[in-house]
Amino acid sequence: MQEVQGALQGGWARMGFQRLTSVASSVYSFFDKTISIGEMEARKLRHDPTELITRAVQPALWLLVFGEVMANVGAIKPPGNLSYMAFLAPGILAQSVLFIAIFYGIAVIWERDLGILHKFLVSPTPRQALVLGKALSAGVRALSQLVIVYALTLLVGVSINWNPLNLLLVMVAVTLGSALFSTFSLIIASLVKTRERFMGIGQILTMPLFFASSAIYPISIMPSWLQVISRINPLTYEVDALRGLMIVGGTSSYGVGFDMLVLFAGMIVLVMIGSWLYPKVVM
Amino acid sequence: MSILTSDHLCRRFGDLKAVNDFSICVEKGEVFGLLGPNGAGKTTVIKMVTTLLPPTSGRASVGGFDVVHDAGDVRRLIGYVPQMLSADGTLTGRENLMIFAKLYDIPKAERAVRVDESLKFMDLDDACDKLVRNYSGGMIRRLEIAQSMLHRPRLLFLDEPTIGLDPVGRRAVWDHIQRLRDEYGTTIFLTTHYMEEADNLCSTVAIMHLGKLAVIGAPSDLKSSLSMEDATLDDVFTHYTGHVLDSGGSFRDARSTRRTARRLG
Repeated sequence: MQEVQGALQGGWARMGFQRLTSVASSVYSFFDKTISIGEMEARKLRHDPTELITRAVQPALWLLVFGEVMANVGAIKPPGNLSYMAFLAPGILAQSVLFIAIFYGIAVIWERDLGILHKFLVSPTPRQALVLGKALSAGVRALSQLVIVYALTLLVGVSINWNPLNLLLVMVAVTLGSALFSTFSLIIASLVKTRERFMGIGQILTMPLFFASSAIYPISIMPSWLQVISRINPLTYEVDALRGLMIVGGTSSYGVGFDMLVLFAGMIVLVMIGSWLYPKVVM
Repeated sequence: MSILTSDHLCRRFGDLKAVNDFSICVEKGEVFGLLGPNGAGKTTVIKMVTTLLPPTSGRASVGGFDVVHDAGDVRRLIGYVPQMLSADGTLTGRENLMIFAKLYDIPKAERAVRVDESLKFMDLDDACDKLVRNYSGGMIRRLEIAQSMLHRPRLLFLDEPTIGLDPVGRRAVWDHIQRLRDEYGTTIFLTTHYMEEADNLCSTVAIMHLGKLAVIGAPSDLKSSLSMEDATLDDVFTHYTGHVLDSGGSFRDARSTRRTARRLG
């Protein structure tokens, strides 16, 4: 009797183990696929890096022209003893990442027109892995932007915090922010389905997201209605995390951990919505 | 033994019945051709049987798996080459294959071998490390077929495989499709506008008109069924689809077809 029971228990244990390993292998395969989509993006950039150079223009304008002028005027007094340029640099990093990510969805429409999307959707890859892979691809692009903004920040004479842990966390924050906004963009592209309509909506969205955040001025000087909006704007939390991490003497108001949590949770929710809408683009 | 069956398949878009009561059976190992004028519903049928679009009513199955309820199983059995130019021009040929080897769960140890084998089979081993944007139209098409055969699908869908190709490129694609069937036993399901192509490649053709199946059979049987001497497949096509000049297809279809043709040509 005991032997039978022992054998049964052994059987259960084995089944449990098998289930565990099969779950583990599908989790592994999920992330393997996600990462390979991101890796392809990196390879594309390596084959043709011209895009990276043209993308350096906008942050350069914001930091070298807008930033210098505003600093001279002295109208905006950042909290603490921070100079305006030191206050602005993390904001411009977040902004330049946002501007790339918010138009990322147009790739979905483009890939639908070319049939690339059909091919991805016919493969046995989970939809969530496809969408998360796209988000990661946008993150890869954002990292190249990070290098550019760091160089510009050095150029305007702001001291950067070179602590390796801070650098790593800046990369995480930028990747999360880019993933979040690119997935938001993917959702919009999945809904509007044509390039023309998408471009119009993209234009409408970027500026409000940018202005209703703490990217170029502190939240405390905003009118109260705008303060409310900026509190629910994910860009505020990205900027806040970067401000705490990137600059010597910079501080975050909500805490870097909380900022990251907001960005991560926002990304997960959007990826869920996105993977439901994404297959509808080809219907 | 049939690999694909559709049973009273219907799909509506608003008031439009794009596919109406469509029932066919595709046998293992054959080359099956789906013909019809623009807007006849061919693409909608392909979308439904490749799990991209749920049918409004009716059902379809691939290898015994239902395209709606067992979509994951169906996806493992099929390969798909869309009509448009779907290889990524900013990557090399090999990179284009590598990503799909990963997406199709080909084990890590086997990936490189499979990729090489597919490239060789499609006679692309010399060009595989060049960027695809430097390929000719025929090479791109062969690369796309190489992509779709990596996981050894039992059923391969080719949507207008030779659209926009010159005669040499077209001939090469035909040869490779035939070899794919002979050497791997892959069942081929293709759509085409070229009657010559259907006549050369297909053992069975189905002609669609206004969302319905007009006729199905072997090309030779269809030709001899007409009360006409030396009837060609062109005659069969015209007989079943009428002489309607502007039968369908939207502005967007026309635009994407021409764009594809221009790129491949």
